[in-house]
Amino acid sequence: MGEELKSFKGPESTPAAASEIACAIPLPPPSCSGRPSGKIQLAMYWAASCGGCDMAVLDVNEKILDIAAVADIRLWPIAMDYKYKDIEKWADGEIDVCLFNGAVRNSEQLHLARLLRQKSKVMVAFGACASFGGIPGLANLHCRKTIFEAVYGYTASTVNPEGTTPQTHTHVPEGDLHIPEFFDDVYSLAQVIPVEYYVPGCPPTPETVMTAVNAIATGNLPPVGATIGISKAVCDECKRTKSDKPKVVEFHRPQEIFVDPEKCLLEQGLTCMGSATRGGCGSLCPGVNMPCRGCYGPMPNSLDVGADALSAMTSIVDAAEEGDARAKVGKMVDPLGTFYRFTLPVSMLRRAARPLEG
Amino acid sequence: MSHEFEPRIVVLCCNWCTYAGADLAGTSRMKYAPNVRLVRVMCSGRVDPSFVLRAFQDGADGVLIAGCHPGDCHYINGNLKTLRRYPALETLIAQFGIEPDRMRLEWISAAEGDVFVHVVNEMTEQVRALGPLDWKRRTAMTVPAAESHTAG
Repeated sequence: MGEELKSFKGPESTPAAASEIACAIPLPPPSCSGRPSGKIQLAMYWAASCGGCDMAVLDVNEKILDIAAVADIRLWPIAMDYKYKDIEKWADGEIDVCLFNGAVRNSEQLHLARLLRQKSKVMVAFGACASFGGIPGLANLHCRKTIFEAVYGYTASTVNPEGTTPQTHTHVPEGDLHIPEFFDDVYSLAQVIPVEYYVPGCPPTPETVMTAVNAIATGNLPPVGATIGISKAVCDECKRTKSDKPKVVEFHRPQEIFVDPEKCLLEQGLTCMGSATRGGCGSLCPGVNMPCRGCYGPMPNSLDVGADALSAMTSIVDAAEEGDARAKVGKMVDPLGTFYRFTLPVSMLRRAARPLEG
Repeated sequence: MSHEFEPRIVVLCCNWCTYAGADLAGTSRMKYAPNVRLVRVMCSGRVDPSFVLRAFQDGADGVLIAGCHPGDCHYINGNLKTLRRYPALETLIAQFGIEPDRMRLEWISAAEGDVFVHVVNEMTEQVRALGPLDWKRRTAMTVPAAESHTAG
């Protein structure tokens, strides 16, 4: 298993914004799909996600009509009723593009990911969860056993005197019941099936969505493995004033201070991920006084986004001796959750260690 | 198993002080635990946190970062950057479930061969007591990984 781990490299770099890349791996002409409409056959699916990525598609407002003009939406569980047997009936490769959002954390999601891979010519990991594991990926700090213990055991709202936990197979008088198996890990989409493109973001901005849609519609697709976004950091897009020799005097949480609307958020002591995060979002969060949370994922060629962020944020702390550094850096609450908020499953260490007797 | 276990400790040491200190220990015929693998970097400030994470990922049982004493840095303040990163890195590896004793930061000058010997021996025994980290096995994926990024 370790070897697979090593071979997984995560979303690969793109030299420039997808919209700027002329290199074409053109989609087969829409007629290849055998559909009389001559439109691109599009499928959208959600796995371990919140539905925000589906909302993001609707966030393009009236441009959704442009999408409908070039594409037949064949599958979209949030909007249309489809059964698995409908998907199974499709021919292999019948779908031109599948936008898959959400991480993979149970056997049903894995099955659908593999099924849609088989039915789709191009698979797109859509959103931070599919690209990097996303917020659900933070469950990799725990394992199935401890998650079940919490959720079905000791959380304040749980009443479960018999200690019932979900079982994949249950026999009842009416017959056998099957529910999906809950995995020990949360996976990014590329960790379970081959993926052609990545559309990062939590959720992807309307501009990012339209860049991706335009690339698909015109056939001007970037090289396989590319991420839709820019190859510069969020800081590059951020309009705040940054000093030449930045210093962090103390770390704060956003609710603890009155934020200066002009000055760099990191210099004000907020744990802003902008320096370690791929741009393309237009620096939306810093624009409204919230530190970047890192949803566009690692920079191109980054080894580990957490190491990048840790290095950038703490190297400039205003401390020259150990006790002082410890006191000031120690004010940073939850470094792991800050640095890997969206990317834990594709990070170097990937998850917290399971107990040795596991 | 622990009686057969020999810890593997990666030492990331700076060219100007600690590597020279280790050299002094060697030329002075001082003995120290053979469990350490020295990696020479130009400055402890060159130690990106990803070096430490990579070492643990690839099978190290412990990582020692060692450089010039604060104020003695060949590059004026490179080691201060390590000094500032280290507390966050400590918290981070603890959140990943790696025991704090598996990582250590020490300032060892070119004249302190004896300190180098002492630190290496002490850390080897601490890590030996903790047992193997066994990162690969303890974090193995339970679902087969995808084979490639090409179209299926």
